Amino acid sequence: MSLQEPTPDLDPGENPDGTLDYDELAGLLGEHVIDREQHENATAFVVRPDEVETVLATLKREAGFDHCSCVTAQQYQDRYESIYHLKKYKDPTQELSVVVPTPSDAPLSQSATGVYDTANWHEREAYDLVGIEYDDHPDLRRILLPETWQGHPLGLDYNQKKPQIVPLREHANPVEERTQVPGDSDTMFVNIGPHHPATHGVLHLKTVLDGEQVVDVDPDIGYLHRCEEQMCQQSTYRHQIMPYPDRWDYISAGILNEWAYARTAEEMADIEVPEYAQVLRTMSAEMCRIAAHLLAVGTFALDIYGDFTAIFMYAVTDREKVQNLLEDLTGQRLMFNYLRLGGTAWDLPEPRDEYFEKVRDFCEYIPERLEEYHNLLSSNELFQMRVMDTGILPPEEAKSYGCTGPVARASGIDYDLRRDDPYGYYDELDWNVITDDGCDNFSRALVRLEEMRESARIIEQCVDVLEDWPEDEREIQANVPRTLKPEPDTEIYRAVEAAKGELGIYIRSDGTDKPARFKIRSPAFCNLQSLEVMAEGEYVPDMVAALGSLDIVLGEVDR
Amino acid sequence: MSKEQQLHDTLEQAQSNGQSTQADRMGSGADERFNSKLRQAFGSTPFILTKFDQFMNWVRGNSMFMLLFGIACCSIEMMHTYATKHDLDRFGAGVPRASPRQADVIIVPGTIVSKFGPRMKRVYDQMPEPKFVVSMGSCTISGGPFQEGYNVIKGVEEIIPVDIHVPGCPPRPEALVYGVLKLQEQIRHGESAPVTVKPYELEQFGDLDRDELVDELASEIDEEDLVMRYNWAESP
Repeated sequence: MSLQEPTPDLDPGENPDGTLDYDELAGLLGEHVIDREQHENATAFVVRPDEVETVLATLKREAGFDHCSCVTAQQYQDRYESIYHLKKYKDPTQELSVVVPTPSDAPLSQSATGVYDTANWHEREAYDLVGIEYDDHPDLRRILLPETWQGHPLGLDYNQKKPQIVPLREHANPVEERTQVPGDSDTMFVNIGPHHPATHGVLHLKTVLDGEQVVDVDPDIGYLHRCEEQMCQQSTYRHQIMPYPDRWDYISAGILNEWAYARTAEEMADIEVPEYAQVLRTMSAEMCRIAAHLLAVGTFALDIYGDFTAIFMYAVTDREKVQNLLEDLTGQRLMFNYLRLGGTAWDLPEPRDEYFEKVRDFCEYIPERLEEYHNLLSSNELFQMRVMDTGILPPEEAKSYGCTGPVARASGIDYDLRRDDPYGYYDELDWNVITDDGCDNFSRALVRLEEMRESARIIEQCVDVLEDWPEDEREIQANVPRTLKPEPDTEIYRAVEAAKGELGIYIRSDGTDKPARFKIRSPAFCNLQSLEVMAEGEYVPDMVAALGSLDIVLGEVDR
Repeated sequence: MSKEQQLHDTLEQAQSNGQSTQADRMGSGADERFNSKLRQAFGSTPFILTKFDQFMNWVRGNSMFMLLFGIACCSIEMMHTYATKHDLDRFGAGVPRASPRQADVIIVPGTIVSKFGPRMKRVYDQMPEPKFVVSMGSCTISGGPFQEGYNVIKGVEEIIPVDIHVPGCPPRPEALVYGVLKLQEQIRHGESAPVTVKPYELEQFGDLDRDELVDELASEIDEEDLVMRYNWAESP
């Protein structure tokens, strides 16, 4: 027996207090690091474009960076740049960016798909919108825009007035050669979507079936790519950007999205938000989470056994209730536009007591109602048979695909930014992160149901705090200049826990009142990538169940 | 007297009066349930005299099958319009159909982007005549908040003809209900909305006028492939 104190299990480059020692990390990479940059959220290592895979593999294997949160691509006057935003699932505050510059005339960079599966779609998007090419990428084609598009719209020399031609084709079977035994054609190609009730919007699944089993599924997205990043790059920080986040995840999750932008921009401009406003934000954001999860549960039941009458209607009825509360608070049912940089648009509606009473009633109502949902849904044998042990997403795969939110938590990954990277008023309140080890469609539904209970708890505690708040200290807005012009070349990546998972935003400023690059890391985009793992080898109806359990929203997938 | 006895006596009494139990329960006039207010207004004649077209329009306006067609944010409000509380069904217009072949009305609830344009045109073409279009939300009117986007069609009218525009971002369910009611009114009166924009067509690639762009894509697209050509510079 030794008297030595047990050394905590630290990754290389990790200090005992949970911060990162960037010098040690740089030492780990040796001369691969050719330069260092300082971003607001983390230090960035600059590496050569032909060493990307080595560097990322080392960081993942030896330093524990198992979460490739986002890949940002952008064009400067003299170069292109890809940024890999790395984090750890065990502690998302330990961040590191890897910057890969490539020359303007030959933007060719090594792909990171060999290390992180999630890089696949991110790099396709970078190729599509900015025009960087990735060497060794397994499938480098356009992802959001039609395959015949000319030019890269977020590049600097793009001409938006040029005409474009978009084809409407019957799709050929992409795996015909791989799966066909000569003389015995058994596979069938099926287009599901983009107009289909089970795809939750305009998603197109190119599916190859063998009998009723899915051999290959290739989600074809971009049917709702409405240039959100361009819109934000054209708008001013102070007021014009805020309405757009409402329209990314539009399932009433608006305030959660607004918070992502508010958090990023506030940290960039050093704005201190009054505590009272943070409580208001926390309360309204959790109301949004309940509304979003209700719709997820309702449409999931609709997908599983076509239940358009009971659960779907129950869910919509309850959504009406929470939307009424949000409408009282913000004046809007769906697109709230309630947060402002440095605070919120206005205080609680008068008379306050009446509003508190309504909110309290709702918080008491939710747990009762959840019993009902459990009776109707999770204890329904039919439902159980359809969703238990289908759509399995093992935790390792989930991490590699960058899954977050309820999808990751249902695969046993204990990851929630509200607790792990605290913001707002969450760390003052008493609530739990819900996880489940089931990894299947059933667990994902359960996690969402139980998260509603926790959200109701959070709202209730917020009401307690708000009720006792002294009247003359109800400060809802910090002092923010009329025009925000952050220092040129400030770069920041910040994320919040939205309804679907980690919603991150990268902003680079150029000294004007508009961002030079605005990149959205959408949780649904990353989660959707894992559909392949969940669906291949399963039956078609199980694929539909898996898709429903991912709870994607196309506005956020396509942006 | 026990309750059962009471009930028994009442029943016996009713039967001896020559009345059915149902009539007894419902009171007089139960058999006249087909004799509606409308029927009474007609008086004794079982015939009405009207123009066939007018009659058809009236019928059409009162029985509309909507296409289950979700695109973006507005579709959430559209779902709320169909569901409890707002219940579009009350107005004879709430049967969502998943197949365009069974639908009369298409509500377009969201931003149309270049990739979706040809698909929406295809869905619209599959609907049987007569068909009607409600454009829901600002995006379907002009592109809305995304009007300046490189990928956004500046209004659904650039692709299919529209009968009713419902403005808002998104319109409230009440607004959509009002829009649908206005459409019903229009149909009943046999009115139609004028088309003011020359829409983009789905045509074969081989039929396009040859220019630089067409030459460039000639190796990628077959002559017979259907394509939609967007002339962004001429968009409103």
